[in-house]
Amino acid sequence: MLNITLPGLTLKNPVMPASGCFGFGKEFSNLYDLNKLGAIMIKAATPEARFGNETPRVAETPGGMLNAIGLQNPGLSGVIQTELPRLESFDVPIIANVAGSSIEDYMEVAERISQAPNVAALELNISCPNVKTGGIAFGTDPKMAADLTEAVKRVSSVPVYVKLSPNVTSISEIAIAVEQAGADGLTMINTLLGMRLDLKTGRPVLANKTGGLSGPAIKPVAIRMIHEVSRAVSIPIIGMGGIQSAEDVLEFLYAGASAVAVGTANFVNPFICSEIIDELPEMLSKYGFSHVRECIGRSHEDAPKPDYHRA
Amino acid sequence: MIGKEDMQIVSHKEIAKDIFELVLQGELTRQMTKPGQFVHVKVSETFVPLLRRPISIARISREDRTFTIIYRKSGEGTALLSSKKPGEKADIIGPLGNGFPIDSSLKGKKVLLTGGGIGVPPLYELSRQLKAIGAVPVHVLGFENIEASFYKEEFARLGDTYFSTTDGSLGVKGFVTDAISYHEIEFDSLYACGPTPMLKALETRYTEREVYLSLEERMGCGIGACFACVCHIPNDPAGYKKVCSDGPVFRAGEVVLSC
Repeated sequence: MLNITLPGLTLKNPVMPASGCFGFGKEFSNLYDLNKLGAIMIKAATPEARFGNETPRVAETPGGMLNAIGLQNPGLSGVIQTELPRLESFDVPIIANVAGSSIEDYMEVAERISQAPNVAALELNISCPNVKTGGIAFGTDPKMAADLTEAVKRVSSVPVYVKLSPNVTSISEIAIAVEQAGADGLTMINTLLGMRLDLKTGRPVLANKTGGLSGPAIKPVAIRMIHEVSRAVSIPIIGMGGIQSAEDVLEFLYAGASAVAVGTANFVNPFICSEIIDELPEMLSKYGFSHVRECIGRSHEDAPKPDYHRA
Repeated sequence: MIGKEDMQIVSHKEIAKDIFELVLQGELTRQMTKPGQFVHVKVSETFVPLLRRPISIARISREDRTFTIIYRKSGEGTALLSSKKPGEKADIIGPLGNGFPIDSSLKGKKVLLTGGGIGVPPLYELSRQLKAIGAVPVHVLGFENIEASFYKEEFARLGDTYFSTTDGSLGVKGFVTDAISYHEIEFDSLYACGPTPMLKALETRYTEREVYLSLEERMGCGIGACFACVCHIPNDPAGYKKVCSDGPVFRAGEVVLSC
């Protein structure tokens, strides 16, 4: 009832934790059985270890939060030698988030991490708003996004999903560009660039000044963009942006996502992915579905179902 | 073992100006052992505010499965929490973090517990446990003024207790360090919780003693996954510790206190 097959990914169910919101799985493995998850999107890896931005790194907003972590991670070697092996005992495909400051950085990380035995796909991070170089700089220019995708595809041993930024005028334009460059799928959306100011000091709350807005506040933006992009491309989409419940999952599938990732909700309730997976069958039945596949792209009644949705 | 539970509110009252004492009952209490650990409280049923609030554990009573938190009503989240009534439920995740180290080597030793403002509450359970193993707790508690002070008699029942206030309305006028000097307090080890400048002053002053400091930092998840509450470690630019899961208690010098 819940299984979905996507390029490189055989998912028991369409629910996975989003990159940056689940660390490398260690903390959550103490809370519940990670085998329940459809997949795990691990935190971004960069060639060298990064401390990230100074604190404060998070600020609350109505129905959401701003973060400016800054891609803190133990570096490519640390992820390959320490973090990924810890996840080998779980029967869950890993989607490795790849980041860097230059095309060469991305290629280095993609080539090496895609060879790890439990990495089933890559998520190309061209949309992080919290780093000075790389990240969103690649994700807001169709040509740069396409060039990077093509370069990473050349060296990757596994399918490549490109994570799109909502901080653009036309997200479909970027989506089409990376599809033409060979992307196997898309993940969307990353956070929306935002800012909060302290009323006492008049200064930004975050040390980085700006941060990425996530949480339920951004769900309508994500739904609109997935709806739009799923009509513009024929590669599958893993949707994310404010998912908090099984009902939210259904809405993302309707919009055109083939699977979903849960982000900020993991911070509010670390058991949320497990709870949503438990609730999905009853919720699907409630709306008259016998399989999640039947929900995908339902908002596009006129659109033919793409091939990858066949069992 | 970290758990999540809708816990019963047994009592809830304002014990000083904007300072609330909340007693909760439930199975999760059985998991609470070390003083200095904290819980993550969901203050709203809705998405506003979205994130939980980390609040330290002030007292653990395993006999009746209750524990106490003491917090300051200072923003939107804690204002919502302060409106909860006995009989209602509160969504709690915990226990989180690593607490103050306690072992039998402290028996007979004089342990100075120094707290500032809303850093005082975890010292109460710490003092209770120290006394239970035969250590001699001494307390120096700093508050803004007498109206903001709390648990004075409770601490005094456990050991010598001294105060400092910014305006001098209770104890020595000034900071906790002024009170320690004024009363010429001697001790074997020091456990502290409070604002970073206070912790920094204690760390700088007592380099020769065993000092443990409990830090506060803005948190996202509280379990170590989000990397919001990291701080630097000395002499390693990429190295870090997470306040929520590696701490909140660190040995002095283990992390850089500018965070």
